[in-house]
Amino acid sequence: MKHRLSLQIGPVSFRIGSAWAEPLDALARLYAGYSEPEDGIADFTVRLEPEQIWRRWIRPSVAIRGDYILPDALPLALAHGLLAAEMGMNLQMALGQKRFLLLHAASAEKDGRALIMTGESGAGKSTLAALLGERGWRLMGDEFALLDLDEGRLHPFPRAVSLKNKAIAVMEQEVPGDRFGPRLEDTPKGTIRHLRPNQEALGRMGESARPALILFPRFGAAEAIRGVGQAEIFMRLTQASTNYVTLGAAGFDALAKLVGACPAAAIDYPDTGTAIGLVEELWREAA
Amino acid sequence: MAGPRYIADPEDCVRSVTLDGLSVLFHRPSGMTHIVASPAPEILVALRQGPADAAELLRRLREAYDFDGDEAADAVDARLAELEQAGLVRRA
Repeated sequence: MKHRLSLQIGPVSFRIGSAWAEPLDALARLYAGYSEPEDGIADFTVRLEPEQIWRRWIRPSVAIRGDYILPDALPLALAHGLLAAEMGMNLQMALGQKRFLLLHAASAEKDGRALIMTGESGAGKSTLAALLGERGWRLMGDEFALLDLDEGRLHPFPRAVSLKNKAIAVMEQEVPGDRFGPRLEDTPKGTIRHLRPNQEALGRMGESARPALILFPRFGAAEAIRGVGQAEIFMRLTQASTNYVTLGAAGFDALAKLVGACPAAAIDYPDTGTAIGLVEELWREAA
Repeated sequence: MAGPRYIADPEDCVRSVTLDGLSVLFHRPSGMTHIVASPAPEILVALRQGPADAAELLRRLREAYDFDGDEAADAVDARLAELEQAGLVRRA
């Protein structure tokens, strides 16, 4: 491919190739401070290609390709090329990761112990993790939590945080402007702006942590904490995992160990301030 | 007249953990995960002794557990049908 970029994010490395310079320039600016893979070999390859060859110049649209392909992944406008690169990295992880049980969850660490937050899109887990990352916690990741299959430790995957719609303004008040990517309007998920995690998250991206608390946040309801039975937690986490079925017995064992060892709760919150308070309260109780 | 006889996979085909009183089972041959409540796990254990119809299964369960007659027979019939549908037991 004409343009290339390699990135190490936690224990996973990517090589991204693109037919255009723009998406990779934007990606390189957003991921300033990240290392290249030490051995020069990437775990996953992402390719951003013209949907059809002549469309590289005429109304270009970006098709996301790689080692693992979803045949119906829609092409994006070139203006959203940065989003295409991010989605491509997520897609390769979701379809191809075999070393870890992959949970679609945000995670943050304090005192060597990890908080896992999972929920449907819009539950606010990215925003909460990003906020915690600026308020005394280490952001481990906003999208995927990587559970070690043998030791049950959680590994960071601190890619750029994908902030959507109202979450953008929340984080713009919290974080200096130079850590943000461009504002991407009218994407399939609305307005998106990426946020580079802080130096603490980047500098410690090789450090795993022991899972200590699982939360199921839900934005938009009155403040509440609800208990969740362990069998329901297990079921919810299988649904939150993109590779549970592929991993077979190894995934079952890893998940059973996690659920058996971690307290969990569902939290409803009307605003992020309330959510942070609830998280801190439950974290103290779990200690 | 004897009803259909059922059989369950051997123990090493099913991994099991108990969470909050429910059993979470990973069925290796199918790769499927099931969450089941009592008496389903007990039925699976009893069927591993060998093929059995509902009456024989009930007799095996009575050896290990203390319960009343008619209701238990209905419950065992219902659970067997569910377990068969889930692929955890099959006709012998």
